Amino acid sequence: MRLRRRPWLVDVEPSRLSVRDMAAEAAAGIAQRPGRSVLTTLGTVLGVGAFVAILGLTSTASGQISEQFNVLTATTVTVKTVDERGFGESRGEGPATGTEPVDSAFPPDSDARITRLNGVETAGTWRRVHFESDPVIAASPEVRPGSSTSLGGISPVFAASPGMLRAVEASVTRGTPYNGFHERRGERVAVLGATAAQHLGITRLDSRPAVFINQQAFTIVGIIGDTRQMPEMLAGVIIPRGTADRLYGPASVESSEEMLIRTRLGAAALIAGQAPTALRPEDPGLFTAVPPPDPRTLREKVNQDLTGLFLVLAAICLTIGTLGIANTTFVAVLERRAEIGLRRSLGARPRHIAAQFLAESTSLGLLGGMVGTCLAIATVVGVAVVQDWTAVLEPVAVLPAPLIGALTGLIAGLYPALRAARIEPQKALRQ
Amino acid sequence: MTPVISLERISHTYAGPPPVTALHDVSLVVERGEYLAIVGPSGSGKSTLLNVIGLLDQVTIGRYLLDGVNVATLSDAERAAMRGGRIGFVFQAFHLLPYRSALENVMLAQLYRSAPRKARLAAARESLRKVGLQHRMEAMPTHLSGGERQRVAIARALANHPQLLLCDEPTGNLDSATAGTILDLLDELNNEGQTVLTITHDPLVADRAQRLVAIRDGRLTDEVGS
Repeated sequence: MRLRRRPWLVDVEPSRLSVRDMAAEAAAGIAQRPGRSVLTTLGTVLGVGAFVAILGLTSTASGQISEQFNVLTATTVTVKTVDERGFGESRGEGPATGTEPVDSAFPPDSDARITRLNGVETAGTWRRVHFESDPVIAASPEVRPGSSTSLGGISPVFAASPGMLRAVEASVTRGTPYNGFHERRGERVAVLGATAAQHLGITRLDSRPAVFINQQAFTIVGIIGDTRQMPEMLAGVIIPRGTADRLYGPASVESSEEMLIRTRLGAAALIAGQAPTALRPEDPGLFTAVPPPDPRTLREKVNQDLTGLFLVLAAICLTIGTLGIANTTFVAVLERRAEIGLRRSLGARPRHIAAQFLAESTSLGLLGGMVGTCLAIATVVGVAVVQDWTAVLEPVAVLPAPLIGALTGLIAGLYPALRAARIEPQKALRQ
Repeated sequence: MTPVISLERISHTYAGPPPVTALHDVSLVVERGEYLAIVGPSGSGKSTLLNVIGLLDQVTIGRYLLDGVNVATLSDAERAAMRGGRIGFVFQAFHLLPYRSALENVMLAQLYRSAPRKARLAAARESLRKVGLQHRMEAMPTHLSGGERQRVAIARALANHPQLLLCDEPTGNLDSATAGTILDLLDELNNEGQTVLTITHDPLVADRAQRLVAIRDGRLTDEVGS
């Protein structure tokens, strides 16, 4: 007898299950117990939802920070003198009344030196004028006791270069601001802040009123109604820098000078680097220029602070979700032993059984992930609407989120699927 | 013509411990078109015989040719395919999927064969027509009577045009009147040429077969022609 080389093989085609059929069976498996499927996905919904919502809310919140970080601050550079090398220190104490020009950290032509730089719109220096005791500020030379407008320990008298008034975008409601002429000649003129003017009872300038600082008259040339920065100026008397230098001495430790530079958009960092050299080419180390903070570093910092903790919470939710799916799938395997036996009798191989349950758990995870992502997007948008923010959702975080759900479902299904594949059909069918 | 089933001195031992020999030196030939009943009380080894014939279990000693193919030479995948394609199982408990319609349950028979969906649908319809359920195709199992459910199960078993219809207590869950109609259906299928093998403890069911084989303590004791 000739040895047969399994000639029937042509006839026996191994069982197989197409991906499409497997997906259809998985869908049917999920759909046959909709209530349970919904409950099962809850953990994944929460996990993936928390994950997306946290990333969305942090990116939205940091988006607002960069929004607050607006054009105003992005174009402001502040230049300060390095404290321990302040010029005033070496020059002794007391209000100098001398008229001879004295050295200040900021040269007299600071405004011009800085404005010359490409990218600068306006620049000016300012300081609070230091008095030994609180200055008496009044609208007339005769001062009755108790009529002082002293604002406590802080001097309300500002010495500001003409450029400073432009740099803070002071809006002059009456009269005009003083200018370079007053500055150079040390003219005794003043600009009043709106609040100070109201306090002194000065509303009109056509009678050429004066303000008296310690009985010294200053002609009021203008009143400023508002500023975009340094609103404290509105409560003060602002005199030209040159005038202050002449009458009260230059900047000192008690009244350190600062410079405010308004740059064009995007030029702030560059100007911050150039300003010290432009002011004092022979000793730029005397100044520190503070550029506006970089919005990117700011955002990253916020992200790190918030995300770390919440991502841990999301991971915990996901773990619970995985356990939930694993549990339900396992129960389903036990419940459907007869079905497994039947499928085996219809030609299914163990791997087909495993694939079916894996497909079911993965679909549950994917479903949960999609629902969670949708809820999270709704949450982020809702919060943004309530807070009047702009919702920011990174596609990199949102689009793969349902896949995270699918992955948890796949992992959750591994053990139950293996168990299902190992069920012996003859025992399962005898139930 | 090759017999549908040819058991050549097979034995089956469960590994245990302790090892239990459920089938002793069983030989049996089932020819094409036969209607055979194997009867025996519970514990006689008839379930083991059913598992062996249905390729759900392997023999320990001996040779089993199904449709002329020595099943011991087959890979697991080929065995699964033979089980699905050449044998139609009919169970006592019907084993219908509860959330699928009659038609979907019957279509399941060809799920693991590379049959396209359209062909599966056509085969399932034809099969249901054969068992007289053309008017209940879309019904859910919960809305079917016991007899109708077993008809759906038989339709599912027939969908692949199997060489062998293997029935395990096919009327065990049915009242006697309904059982009669199911047995009538089996008679009818056999008359059309279908090979039928029924395993039962019920003499009434066994009586319907052309040939009767008794099993006791794992041995085929007598063979009664009818």
